[in-house]
Amino acid sequence: MTPVVPSGKAASMNPLKQSPALGGAMAFLGIERSLPLLHGSQGCTAFALVLMVRHFREAIPLQTTAMSELTTILGGAENVETAIENIVQRANPRLIGICSTALTETRGEDVIADLHAMRERHPDWRGTLDVVFASTPDYGGSLEEGWGKAVTATIDSLVPEGPLVPTLRRVNLLAGSHLTPGDVEELTDLIEEMGLEAIVLPDLSRSLDGHVPDGHVSTSLGGTRLDQIAAMGASAMTLAVGEQMRGAAEALRRRTGVAYRLFDHVTGLAATDAFVAALMEAGGEPGARLKHERSRLVDAMLDGHFPFDGKRVGVAAEPDLLLAVTDLIADMGGTVQAAVSPVTAPALTRAKANRVIIGDLDDLEQSANGCDLLISNSHAREAAERLGVPLYRAGFPVFDRLGGPQRVSVGYRGTRRLIFDLANTLLDHPSAADHTGGVHDIKEEQAHAQAQAG
Amino acid sequence: MYERKIAKAFDEPGCATNREKSDKARKQGCSAKALTPGAAAGGCAFDGAKIALQPITDAAHLVHGPIACEGNSWDSRNTGSSGPSLYRSGFTTDLSELDIIHGGEKKLYRAIKEIVQRHQPPAVFVYVTCVTALTGDDVEAVCRAATERLGTPIIPVSAPGFAGSKNLGNKLAGHALLDHVIGSIEPETTTPTDINVLGEYNVAGELWQVAPLFARLGIRLLAPITGDARYRQVAGAHRARVNMVVCSQAMVSLARSMQERWGIPFFEGSFYGIGDTSESLRTLARMLVERGAGAELIARTEALITEEEARAWTALAPYRARLKGKRVLLYTGGVKSWSVVSALQETGMTVIGTSVRKSTSEDKQRIKDLMGDDAPMVDQIPAKQMYAMLAGGEADILMSGGRTQFVALKTKTPWLDINQERHHGYAGYDGTIALVRQIDAELSNPIWAQVRSPAPWDCPHPAPLPHAGEERMAGVPSPARAGEGEAHASGRVRAEP
Repeated sequence: MTPVVPSGKAASMNPLKQSPALGGAMAFLGIERSLPLLHGSQGCTAFALVLMVRHFREAIPLQTTAMSELTTILGGAENVETAIENIVQRANPRLIGICSTALTETRGEDVIADLHAMRERHPDWRGTLDVVFASTPDYGGSLEEGWGKAVTATIDSLVPEGPLVPTLRRVNLLAGSHLTPGDVEELTDLIEEMGLEAIVLPDLSRSLDGHVPDGHVSTSLGGTRLDQIAAMGASAMTLAVGEQMRGAAEALRRRTGVAYRLFDHVTGLAATDAFVAALMEAGGEPGARLKHERSRLVDAMLDGHFPFDGKRVGVAAEPDLLLAVTDLIADMGGTVQAAVSPVTAPALTRAKANRVIIGDLDDLEQSANGCDLLISNSHAREAAERLGVPLYRAGFPVFDRLGGPQRVSVGYRGTRRLIFDLANTLLDHPSAADHTGGVHDIKEEQAHAQAQAG
Repeated sequence: MYERKIAKAFDEPGCATNREKSDKARKQGCSAKALTPGAAAGGCAFDGAKIALQPITDAAHLVHGPIACEGNSWDSRNTGSSGPSLYRSGFTTDLSELDIIHGGEKKLYRAIKEIVQRHQPPAVFVYVTCVTALTGDDVEAVCRAATERLGTPIIPVSAPGFAGSKNLGNKLAGHALLDHVIGSIEPETTTPTDINVLGEYNVAGELWQVAPLFARLGIRLLAPITGDARYRQVAGAHRARVNMVVCSQAMVSLARSMQERWGIPFFEGSFYGIGDTSESLRTLARMLVERGAGAELIARTEALITEEEARAWTALAPYRARLKGKRVLLYTGGVKSWSVVSALQETGMTVIGTSVRKSTSEDKQRIKDLMGDDAPMVDQIPAKQMYAMLAGGEADILMSGGRTQFVALKTKTPWLDINQERHHGYAGYDGTIALVRQIDAELSNPIWAQVRSPAPWDCPHPAPLPHAGEERMAGVPSPARAGEGEAHASGRVRAEP
């Protein structure tokens, strides 16, 4: 079991964490014709919006209940109702996903009860507008947590209770936030290649994949349809990717009886094999193409493992992504010298690192001395510069490179791509280890250890 | 709790908008048009305060609140430093549920102590956020105690997000500087040509485009407030002879208070465009001479203006012919709603609309002075309407901030960033040349013709097969077909640059 240790600082320096409300909003954007609404002051929305715009390079539909000092004290139910009415009038979404913030949760708003009363007053919403509420205070977790809660809330609100007549050859895919829109598409293709059909929730692969719609759209550009969500109970099986989706998978099982399989990630040969095995259980059949792709990945591992030999890597990411990345580094023969997660999670004890620090990018910088490569989001670029090591950008946000959301690192094909990208980065930046035949300078290492002990 | 402070911020005789209001309207403050739930856009007061103070490069900036306030916003502004980099680090107390229940004061103190001991900054700015304002953490008291015990100035900035807009936050930041910073340190030396520049944050290095002009004139920039500033400079800003306010609305009350307290006269000016840059330098020189600088400064300034203007016009000449008559939709606010207009008009472009959402009545008057009484001033344009305008080909280019970037790009309209995340500086003579060069590069980029060309399945008549021996397969329409290619999917026809 990998020890998980808090950094112990009172001041977080160079945060690795984003707010759960941002994660919740992002998940709602994977549902067709949706518009997320943050229940907080307008700054909560502005910051989340700008950050998503920088990452996805897309217009992001996101609104605010614009809480003021006064409405915070008196209660924000009226703001929620006015916001919904204004959104309906201006954007006409099919779904509004409300995410609370620290401000409204600290005050103790009972949004669910408020919504109940509002629905009574608005019979016109019936059949034209669904409103889903996710409780996502900033002080509870991180982006992954908010994402998971939004999906759970969606299932609890929109999937009818009771088992349906099962549709053979169809599965549900609950996609975690560590999957890019490109990853989601890759997994959907994989499922279809095996002769199965997938309902993907949430599905960013058609909403935030970067395309030009025919006209102006004020809501999400695409995503899971509401009729698909309602039909999830008829699927043969649920595949949930990421520990963050456990709550959602469990809620779906509870409501409909559909059993689920949970995967930390689908990056690497073993992880993809496990995913494919589950699809075979659900009746899927691997075709010649898929078998050939596995063989290509095996070849990529054979060719690509050399640059990883003896290399030390520092990784900072949210728990599910951290597991995906550290597993692959370890699979390829590299060493994870530093692993940092912004929040704690039981799954972190499975990380292939000597320990996981719960902290920030400053903790990564302090513990990654001597690393050959850093893997984190764009915020880590200055730390990488100071350490003089390359940064491979992964996670959220990636705002100083193009194509972050489109990158694929799951399945046989995606893993092969990731191995090539990481290996090429390492080849571009030869380290001392390469010149000494893979053995680190012992003296330097001892000096470093002494300096740390001192 | 913040009512008193905010009321003070709203009572601003230096602000033209405010002067025109009735007593009652004034009390309601600048956000009299209350934010509309479900239809609001823009940053909060905390955002505004951070924008105004974070450019002090050697100070630490600590946000006392839950993760969203700093975690979602740090590392987003492109303000340059010529030295220290501590301001680039995001510090936050990242409050947990327990911190909120038990109060965050002790954690705040420990956080300040950690920062002071590890980084030894000349000062720490501590930002109150909505949650810590709501739970009633006494941030001012913690800062007082920390200042005493740690021997470093710890400055509370009371601008929680829910107090109001970004603009209010700018003002409250000014109050924090007045209450705690400016006047707290005497500058080592003073000269008769010392000035401060207020409201210039050195976004994309714009201060550096103007500072060399000051140096050539022998004008000393005592304190930039706050672009590329050091804490000691700001603390000694009260000894300047003249204040220049660059971002008109936000910092005018700071300038007025400095006039009352230390007798420093101020003026509002701009460094966007050739004419405005010259006018600002001229005013600076005149006011400095009035305050005791040598009279020869005026002649020196005129000589520099003559030389720089000639150089700038020569550099712009080739672009003027290319850009003449191009239609610009300017979607920004405040000072830029007019200052950029003059820069664009200088190159013969037509401004078909300029947004005055955040502009004062003085800003609006300046637009009228530039463009006549029927100046196309627009308020907020909803995204849907802007999309229709751009898709209808009403503008050749949109100049705006990142939020509306994709409205333009999705209609396949050229776009130029002129807000605070941008990477090119557009101030002074060199900046104006850079702006025009960027507009020209954007308009003449070859992608526009390509992305507007129809897909093969949308072609009214299929492209003829190449004749034998003529293999033109690169996908670029031949000159003969380019004319047809201009009638694209939306049905509009554009003149190619």
